[in-house]
Amino acid sequence: MSIADLDKKNGILAIVFQEVGKSTAKLGTLVEGDSLADVVGPLGTPTHIEKYGNCVCVGGGIGIAPIHPVAKALKEVGNQVTSIIGARNKELLIMEDESRAACDNLIISTDDGSYGFHGFVTQVLAGILEKGEKVDFIFSVGPVLMMRALARVTLPYKVRTIISLNPIMVDGTGMCGACRVTVGNQTKFACVDGPDFDAHLVDFEELLKRQRMYLKEEKVAMDNFISRMDQSAHHHQSHKPS
Amino acid sequence: MPEQAPEQRVKNFKEVPFGYTEELAKIEAQRCLFCKKPQCIAGCPVEIDIPGFIKLIAEGDYIGAAKKLKETNSLPAVCGRVCPQEDQCEKVCILSKKYEPVAIGNLERFAADYERETGEIEIPKIEKSTGKKVAIVGSGPAGLTVAGDLIKMGHQVTVFEALHKAGGVLVYGIPEFRLPKAIVQSEVDYLAKLGVEFKTSNVIGMLETIDDLFASGYHAIFIGTGAGLPNFMRIPGENLNGIYSANEYLTRSNLMKAYSFPENDTPIFSGKNVAVLGGGNTAMDSVRTALRLGADNAYIVYRRSRTEMPARKDEIHHAEQEGVKFDFLTAPIKFHGTEDGWLKGMECIRMKLGEPDESGRRRPVPVEGSNYIMDVDTVIVAIGNSSNPLVPKTTPGLDINKWGNITADPETGQTSRRGVFAGGDIVTGGATVILAAGAGKRAARAIDAYLKTP
Repeated sequence: MSIADLDKKNGILAIVFQEVGKSTAKLGTLVEGDSLADVVGPLGTPTHIEKYGNCVCVGGGIGIAPIHPVAKALKEVGNQVTSIIGARNKELLIMEDESRAACDNLIISTDDGSYGFHGFVTQVLAGILEKGEKVDFIFSVGPVLMMRALARVTLPYKVRTIISLNPIMVDGTGMCGACRVTVGNQTKFACVDGPDFDAHLVDFEELLKRQRMYLKEEKVAMDNFISRMDQSAHHHQSHKPS
Repeated sequence: MPEQAPEQRVKNFKEVPFGYTEELAKIEAQRCLFCKKPQCIAGCPVEIDIPGFIKLIAEGDYIGAAKKLKETNSLPAVCGRVCPQEDQCEKVCILSKKYEPVAIGNLERFAADYERETGEIEIPKIEKSTGKKVAIVGSGPAGLTVAGDLIKMGHQVTVFEALHKAGGVLVYGIPEFRLPKAIVQSEVDYLAKLGVEFKTSNVIGMLETIDDLFASGYHAIFIGTGAGLPNFMRIPGENLNGIYSANEYLTRSNLMKAYSFPENDTPIFSGKNVAVLGGGNTAMDSVRTALRLGADNAYIVYRRSRTEMPARKDEIHHAEQEGVKFDFLTAPIKFHGTEDGWLKGMECIRMKLGEPDESGRRRPVPVEGSNYIMDVDTVIVAIGNSSNPLVPKTTPGLDINKWGNITADPETGQTSRRGVFAGGDIVTGGATVILAAGAGKRAARAIDAYLKTP
């Protein structure tokens, strides 16, 4: 889940989320007019925006949402921006129109080939770099495995590559240290030092293992939530007048 | 004081001591000699009229005793429970020369609890509105004290809290079995009743800066953001799964109620063999929480010896009663993990005490070749906190020292910025609830004077 857009004038914050666990599933049950008890932010260090020249923004899956405001901001300061967005299939591809409007050149890929390039966003990026096109800056958000692959693709070309990490956090203000990641052999707190880090310095193996810390509990919470939803659906049904 | 039996209480999160009955309180109060020149008052960071409130208890005027306490201490129910009395008021009690000192902390707790439980909490006199607005950043013991004092002086007070619940370390850090959350909540409710406005989920420094607050009409600002950046050991393997900062472990368990997962959503991993690094109150809170979360073995691993442990005597005693094992003169040097990134052992080295260091405590030095591996699956690092940089970083002209603590006059809390005051752990580094409350007390007086200066 992440911030996809901001409309300061009208006080609107757009958030995109994918239902993968209990909290996002619960968010998915909200309807217009509902509210959240607590929203906290902004947190962390804002993405650094400057005129680099040619920029490529790469978003995988739900990562398409957070690259959107960055692509917009990069373009606003005069960069030439190419966005590569990809999903497992056409169905799961989000924000195509918004993404197209935010950049100069949009390339789409799907893992199953149901839309756009058949393959991964990292393959599209590799193609661009192999052709020898001038790329000055890359910004990317997506699943950890995708960002790891991306770091490997861009490393030989020595292109400045920034990724935005989303490790497990508790308070988001530096108070607990749950979100520690190793960057360039130093421990950083993603919530205050990040979330943006140099992709070539991140210890992805450690990050992947830390992301899996509560898999068991996440499943328990989700299963409980689903069975409660089923029960209440059943309950409603049985009280329907015949 | 009567308390839950150790074998019972390690299975629950309920408060350990039951508190005095009226009879017990009276008996204890009557032990006080009511000295002409009471040493205990000088031993108290907020200078409570100790013989005064004890006398009222001895006479059976418990509400009067609570009022007397509140003249100088806004949080008596909290301080009665968490103050290190043995190093303060009780240490200098004349009786302690020959006998046990008067149990001042227990009596303070009794009077405050009596007042709360009987519901006879009187709304104190609030001065005529001054029309001045004060912003308080952080709702821990320092912030709550400043809020309580300033609202009574007739100022308009808003407290900003980053978390979704007010109370700071009193709600996220100190466990239920030592400080029931209902007590903190009633203190917060009381302040709200007096007119203090609480804005939670509000991270000052990020959402708004100190300068934004001034621009939006606040006349003075108090910063009490605490020591909120956990220190780690900086040794290999520290990012393995199963290694927590005490802040994270306690926040999950206390504030987020992970002890009742899955009824509450936040999970916590607490294994069978748990080692807590450190010797302070936070370490004791963590190790006793681990037992309650089902640990078979819970250890305190401390690099110095028993005499240097900074924790309250009561907490050490309670931990021992509950079966915590203490490994003194032991320091971890490396964490060992499994293929998939979980902690499976902690390599330690034995220490011996050498010459005193700058803190006056004998410096521990490693004993060559004494390495061994401790069989643990959970480690909680409780070796202190650094100051949180969010406010200092975003406040130009606010001076900090080399540790990142805000520089403030100890008598007034005045910082290098006009109209900005600070107190508590963000100024002193990790200390105690009562020292933070004391700093809040002094800052409130200074803020009042500042606001009244034309």
